[in-house]
Amino acid sequence: MSLNKILRNTLLVVFAGILLSACATKQTGKMQGDVYTGKDTVEYLASGVPDRVFFATNETVLTTASRETLRKQASWLRKNSKINVVLEGHADERGTREYNLALGERRANAAKDYLMTYGISGNRISVISYGKERPVDSGSNPLAWSKNRRSVTVKAN
Amino acid sequence: MKKISYFIYIFVLIFYAEKSKALIEVDITRGNLNPLPVAVSPLYLEKESKSKFEEKLNLKDLGQEISKVVENNLKQSGLFNPLDKDAFLQKPDIAHVKPRFEDWALIKAQALITGEVKFTDEKLRVEFRLWDILAGKEIMALAFTTVPENWRRVGHIITDKVYERLTGEKGYFDTRIIYVAEEGLKTSRIKKLAIMDQDGFNTKYLTLGNELVLTPRFNPTNQMVTYLSYFKNLPRVYLLDIETGVQEVVGDFPGMTFAPRFSPDGKKIIMSFAKDGNSEIYTMDLESRVVEKITNHPSIDTSPSYSPDGKFICFNSDRSGFQQIYVMRSDGSKVKRISFGNGLYGTPVWSPRGDLIAFTKLHKGKFYIGVMRTDGTGERLLTENYYQEAPSWSPNGRVLIFYRETKSDSAGKGFSAKLWSIDLTGYNERMVDTETDASDPSWSSLLSD
Repeated sequence: MSLNKILRNTLLVVFAGILLSACATKQTGKMQGDVYTGKDTVEYLASGVPDRVFFATNETVLTTASRETLRKQASWLRKNSKINVVLEGHADERGTREYNLALGERRANAAKDYLMTYGISGNRISVISYGKERPVDSGSNPLAWSKNRRSVTVKAN
Repeated sequence: MKKISYFIYIFVLIFYAEKSKALIEVDITRGNLNPLPVAVSPLYLEKESKSKFEEKLNLKDLGQEISKVVENNLKQSGLFNPLDKDAFLQKPDIAHVKPRFEDWALIKAQALITGEVKFTDEKLRVEFRLWDILAGKEIMALAFTTVPENWRRVGHIITDKVYERLTGEKGYFDTRIIYVAEEGLKTSRIKKLAIMDQDGFNTKYLTLGNELVLTPRFNPTNQMVTYLSYFKNLPRVYLLDIETGVQEVVGDFPGMTFAPRFSPDGKKIIMSFAKDGNSEIYTMDLESRVVEKITNHPSIDTSPSYSPDGKFICFNSDRSGFQQIYVMRSDGSKVKRISFGNGLYGTPVWSPRGDLIAFTKLHKGKFYIGVMRTDGTGERLLTENYYQEAPSWSPNGRVLIFYRETKSDSAGKGFSAKLWSIDLTGYNERMVDTETDASDPSWSSLLSD
């Protein structure tokens, strides 16, 4: 990770923190700010290990909840050292196709970087972006979009 | 004295009228609210040729069919108003030799297209004439020969010639559109590459739909297409030869390659390469396979598009914090942001005339297709909608084609994706017919030029 990238990520975390606290009044029960916090679409890699993390609009920063999920995934991956994973990055439909492909790739890599800081080898993790091509919720509304802005950890073997 | 001035007045009037009426002109730089009334006479077909074509093409009256192609093209352009054939007084064969201008003037035609089709040596021979009704003279005559199966193209070529003669600019009718044909649920859309004539006919599917394909674009000679395929779940830039159907991967780097386009000389592909959370723009020389890195920045750099002279590249980057449009020299130097309006900007694409960049803009929950000068000044938004993006220029730089999606509920009900076109003037917005749902259109150059 280049210094530049670390700096950028730190800034983004701080920025997101400000954003989230600013939006705290907008909680709907299933979203905090515009990050999805519900469980409707979540599947489990193992008991208590959610398979996905969610992002704010146009953001690639991991929220507190996302980091907690990824730490659970990391400890599950440490216990199951023969399992490799694919991180699938996605965007919502409110963006241009090519930019969203890049955004999905960046989101999946944000999750990958975090798993690696918790000791999971990069060799066990591959990344693919689907941009806005594979939504889980077809709805054209903020809640549906929040479910679609995600990185999903999928067993590769 | 009074008599003399009267005489002079008449003389001047005749002289002036002669001059102004000698050339019908259509101004395409403004929204045309009064399309030029034009009569497209069915092309004359003598008996023997008629039965030959009927046997070969299974078409009752080829002359009539070709004139319909021309008529439809002229109508779709928004600049012409083809008149109802029922009102025509002269028969096609006589009109083609010597039109009775009074008859055509009577039905308010200002221009007349006549012609004749013949079957000679297994070929289709067509000749056509364009007449100026008010001036009472022929202003163009052309003949050409082709294989009978090309009959729709004959109609497109005639339209191109007429359009060029009357507007002073090249046409865009003998062209094709490559796009992504879509079917199935929004959550698991099946996508295929498809190609069709500009007017929606002769659709062919180039892939089977087994893997996701996106963003096809023609090379300058229209024989090759570069696109993104998820073959074997590895998103990579591919090259497809339209005639042979041979596909090959060109962006096989350890990561994702996407957003491909050809350079104006067709020798390179420019694309994005994403790895470790960073997307950069690269070029690959198709002959030597030499790869060059063009951008170098830890933000997303994508959607590159060359200027027609190949000296500059416009692209999309979020290095300012949000999606904006940038221009740089083709070696990656002198990067300059050009979009400064409110909102996010994406999918910049350089006009074939070189003077404008078309883009998609997202502002306050609405999507716009717009254009700006290459230095970012003169931004003009042409159309607003719930969702639309990815403009592609007609080869004469006068029309943009893009795709538009509709809102849907959580089950995907209400969803559709369609191709639309709009003139640079902001007028003449219309849906382009496709057999299935469609997205990511890319306009070819003129096939016969």
